[in-house]
Amino acid sequence: MEYLIGIQGPDFVLVAADNVAASSIIQMKHDYDKMFKLSEKILLLCVGEAGDTVQFAEYIQKNVQLYKMRNGYELSPSAAANFTRKNLADYLRSRTPYHVNLLLAGYDDADGPGLYYMDYLSSLAKAPFAAHGYGAFLTLSILDRHYRPDLTRDEALDLLKKCVEELRKRFILNLHSFTVRLIDKEGIHDLEKLTAGAK
Amino acid sequence: MTDYYNFGLRRLKKSRRNSGIPLHFFIPTLPNPAPSNNRSLFPYSPANQSVTVRRPFPLSHGTTTLGFIFQGGVIAAADTRASAGGLVACPEVHKITPIHSHLVVTSSGSGADCMLWERILTREIRLYQLRHRRCLSIRGTAKLLSFMLHPFKGTEVCVALTLCGWDKDAGNTDCTKMSEDLSSTTDDSSSAVCSSQDVTAMAHSASPSSGPKLIYVCSDGARLQGDIFSVGSGSPYAYGVLDRDLRWSLSKEEAISLAREAVFRATHRDAYSGNNVDLFHVTAQGWSQRKREDLKEEYYRDMKRKTNIVEG
Repeated sequence: MEYLIGIQGPDFVLVAADNVAASSIIQMKHDYDKMFKLSEKILLLCVGEAGDTVQFAEYIQKNVQLYKMRNGYELSPSAAANFTRKNLADYLRSRTPYHVNLLLAGYDDADGPGLYYMDYLSSLAKAPFAAHGYGAFLTLSILDRHYRPDLTRDEALDLLKKCVEELRKRFILNLHSFTVRLIDKEGIHDLEKLTAGAK
Repeated sequence: MTDYYNFGLRRLKKSRRNSGIPLHFFIPTLPNPAPSNNRSLFPYSPANQSVTVRRPFPLSHGTTTLGFIFQGGVIAAADTRASAGGLVACPEVHKITPIHSHLVVTSSGSGADCMLWERILTREIRLYQLRHRRCLSIRGTAKLLSFMLHPFKGTEVCVALTLCGWDKDAGNTDCTKMSEDLSSTTDDSSSAVCSSQDVTAMAHSASPSSGPKLIYVCSDGARLQGDIFSVGSGSPYAYGVLDRDLRWSLSKEEAISLAREAVFRATHRDAYSGNNVDLFHVTAQGWSQRKREDLKEEYYRDMKRKTNIVEG
């Protein structure tokens, strides 16, 4: 029902998420933001079961901030991703596992951009592009076909638009709008929302 | 600052979820208490998934409640039928409860759970106000409620509350308790509000932290802030009416009549909603309640309107 997508370029990561908050058949909100800012250059995109998403994402968010307060410097995206995975794994075999699917996107000043795919079974993979949700079935092949490691920002945005176009055409649910953000060495930038009607 | 809520107090093993919750109410012992090491430290703990008390009858959740924000504040409306399966258990339930002078909450889901959690919320908000000498913001209230409900996720607790309130500016810390406040309950529906003139003059505050707020909190853990919510088995029908005609610039009377019509249409179609409609209006001055109206009257008015259209 929900959709997340991330595309890594040579010096940036482009991420997008849909804006629907649904409860059974009703869209309760059309402008819901599924991205959580972990630090100045790390975003966590989180979808899954209703309460688990916000609880888990805020827990990770506050812990990353706590690390910065205690140690004076921020966690790198790779460290944050592994920390998130470890927490998911610890809860997985407890009586109260979190059912969330995540994308973590960040820019490390030393290692460059990184996109990490995590799912509710706490698998972790660093990937050049990734997607979550039923929409992923429709769009991963488009990403496979057109992705290159040396995409410019505009080309990556066009690739994202191609994916959204495909969803509009073939996905049974109406995902009306998408929040789009870009992370590079300057930080997190909000790009224009992709809405129905806009190309 | 002391940690009144025990949110982080007990040191847990990493494999257990933190269920440090502020409440210290008694839970009856379950038939087969599962042996669990750390749990005895907590004042209570939610039912283990494997152990349940057998239910005397099936629970079902039928209701129509709605809330929306417009230029004149927040309107909260709900029907008054409590159903248990096919039986109307009570035709005159109060589904909208004031928490404090500037917050009402509409409830949906299991009636007993909602009553309990509304009382718990009222108590916690009052305690916060006494301890910190200011009113907790609506967002803070919603977050507190959501965190209190979180350990019961996966159990049969079913609570879907919509907090409809008005956040006051940071400078104004006074938030009078419900029983002492000046908001009037009216006995004459035409003179419902205390200060409608002030309300229309007061524009939607540009500051994000003050002004009208509408937040939906659910026992699944969802917490959503928005401008319009409808909850319950009759909510799709209510959305159909509201989405079409709701605008920011409605007058107070138009907004109330829209809310009434939305509840009426939902109760007409949904078997589990019906009887009367309760309407509350929250402004910067507090909440005010309209006299409960029987939807039977609305139905006759609607029939008359339709025959007039056919004839005229």
